[in-house]
Amino acid sequence: MRNTIVSLISIVLGLIAGGLLMLFIGASPIEGYTYLFQGALKNIARIGDTLATATPLIFTGLAVAFAFRTGLFNIGVSGQMLIGGLAATAVGLSFDFSRPILILLMILAGIIGGGLWAFIPGFLKARFNVHEVVATIMMNWIAYWTVYYIVPGYFKGEFLETESRKLAEGNTLRTPWLTEMFQGSYINLGLFFAVIAVIIVAFIINKTTLGFELKAVGFNRHAAEYAGMKVNRNIILSMLISGALAGLGGVALYTGNASSMQIGILPSQGYDGIAVALLGANSPVGVFFAALLFGILYSGTGFMNAMIEIPPELANTIIAIIIYFAATSVLIHRLLNKFRKTRSNANDVNGPVGKKGEA
Amino acid sequence: MWTIIEQIFPYAIIFTIPLLITALGGLFSERSGIVNIGLEGLMISGAFASALTVNFLQDKMQGSTILWIGLLVAAVVGILFSLLHAFASINLSADQVISGTAINMIAMALTVFLARNITGSGNIRITSGFTPFDVPILSKIPIIGDLLFTKTYATTWFILLVLIISAFILNKTKFGLRLKSCGEFPQAAQAAGINVVGIRYIGVMLSGALSGLGGGIIILTYAGEFTGSVSGLGFLALASLIFGQWRPLGILGATLFFGFASTIANVSQVIPELAVIPPIILKIFPYVVTLIALVIFSKSSQAPKAAGEPFDPGKR
Repeated sequence: MRNTIVSLISIVLGLIAGGLLMLFIGASPIEGYTYLFQGALKNIARIGDTLATATPLIFTGLAVAFAFRTGLFNIGVSGQMLIGGLAATAVGLSFDFSRPILILLMILAGIIGGGLWAFIPGFLKARFNVHEVVATIMMNWIAYWTVYYIVPGYFKGEFLETESRKLAEGNTLRTPWLTEMFQGSYINLGLFFAVIAVIIVAFIINKTTLGFELKAVGFNRHAAEYAGMKVNRNIILSMLISGALAGLGGVALYTGNASSMQIGILPSQGYDGIAVALLGANSPVGVFFAALLFGILYSGTGFMNAMIEIPPELANTIIAIIIYFAATSVLIHRLLNKFRKTRSNANDVNGPVGKKGEA
Repeated sequence: MWTIIEQIFPYAIIFTIPLLITALGGLFSERSGIVNIGLEGLMISGAFASALTVNFLQDKMQGSTILWIGLLVAAVVGILFSLLHAFASINLSADQVISGTAINMIAMALTVFLARNITGSGNIRITSGFTPFDVPILSKIPIIGDLLFTKTYATTWFILLVLIISAFILNKTKFGLRLKSCGEFPQAAQAAGINVVGIRYIGVMLSGALSGLGGGIIILTYAGEFTGSVSGLGFLALASLIFGQWRPLGILGATLFFGFASTIANVSQVIPELAVIPPIILKIFPYVVTLIALVIFSKSSQAPKAAGEPFDPGKR
């Protein structure tokens, strides 16, 4: 409950800061936010696009949150997405099975790719106590250059050197009935997989022994070890699952929202995953709603930019400021405490005064 | 072979310098006990500030003065940005890694947002930058002259001077020892009468100033245009800091390594001897070596013991 309040206050503060920024560049915040929310939610097609934008963020948020629960900071989600997406794209471009089998294989490839990429830092952490933050950052850049050379080398696009070939219509996560239902939006099956992932992760964290052990390691590594838990195994496992979720995010991004891979970009959704997890207080359901909010911000700013001259980077700025406020939530906690105290003090002061009046 | 080295050397040095100064900034912060993963963002803010300043002044003034003004503004903006991190991690005991990540994200988004608002495209071009020069007399020395004293930038010598001063401050002055004690055992430092909060603020602000300077140097020497990123150099600086085991000279060695590795990867296509190696190997080489180095150093890490922990005066 309290976490929810803190998150909501962070969001409000972030939106206020965004409004101030709009004022600063001479635009009207009211107009800006009106266009932003219109752009995200005006009609069914735009709602579909918003949900699609949120889909990879659900996965990356889950990935970060899951590792967080074990006390690990997986900052390498971007790289894991790239590798997961690359693996899925490679499967989709190379094989010609029937659609359900191919989609299943692509998802498996994404899980394995992302999981493998996170396994390495997890192993280094467990075995050699290498800090996972630095290790995952290095893995990000290794992934960046791997994609940079593998895509043009093996899956070069027809027109551009910097893109992979496009996946065939039937080999992506898009389905005709969803596209029709949302009137031409690029919403796809990724959203359903994301919802399933939210449920599964919530189940693992809250209902299984594994989840309990992972959380125990996150709370106090030494106590967990003393209690007989295999800490090192749990660290590796946590990174593996986190990476697999990130890889799925890559699958959703590159074979659902898009149908080809671009080189030379670390997907920003990986870093946004940190913000999503933080805002969602590392709970799967919280992650889901935080991702939806960020989806609205991202898909709305395009429309806003077209209607009035506000750069679309407003969304990133608001998100960055929200994450800062979420990181400094101690301040909000303190203010809440103060507020509560003054309120109870006020009651105390008013009490006697009221009695005096009566007498 | 010799000609290759001779050709690569000046470029490698040019590439090393921003990395070196940023890693040095990270050193001050981490040695005072505050992990600063926001180096990338601080660099970007410095790059943005210097590009904007020089772009604004280049029609009104002549000469290299505006470039130095640009660097000064970069350092100041770096300090201002780093205060966000200092406030969060020192006063509010926030998770330093998350706060640093927030700094990165704010800097990346905000600078492009403002740049796009100013120029439309989001890129800020500058027409003049530092020009390389040959150091008189010294450049005539055989071998060393060719390698070290030709095609050098004024900023290179300035940064090397900063490095020497920093090493001196850290190891020989009262302030340096106090700074290091705050990173090792802040409770003991406080008991000895040291203002831990103040020292840590200075440490983080120094990292802001030096990273801002690093970002500014990128723009004013080899980039010539602000495009909204410093392509991961801040993270590479962070790796150099660990690779260099939190010591000024170690950092110099580590950043030189990265400078050379990156330059070789960048020019490999035009040099026949190197073109036989697949470029992907050369590109990922520095990162793989860092991972290996992390494994090797893991047993004997010289990391400041209290880095990353919020300061709790009551803890024993």
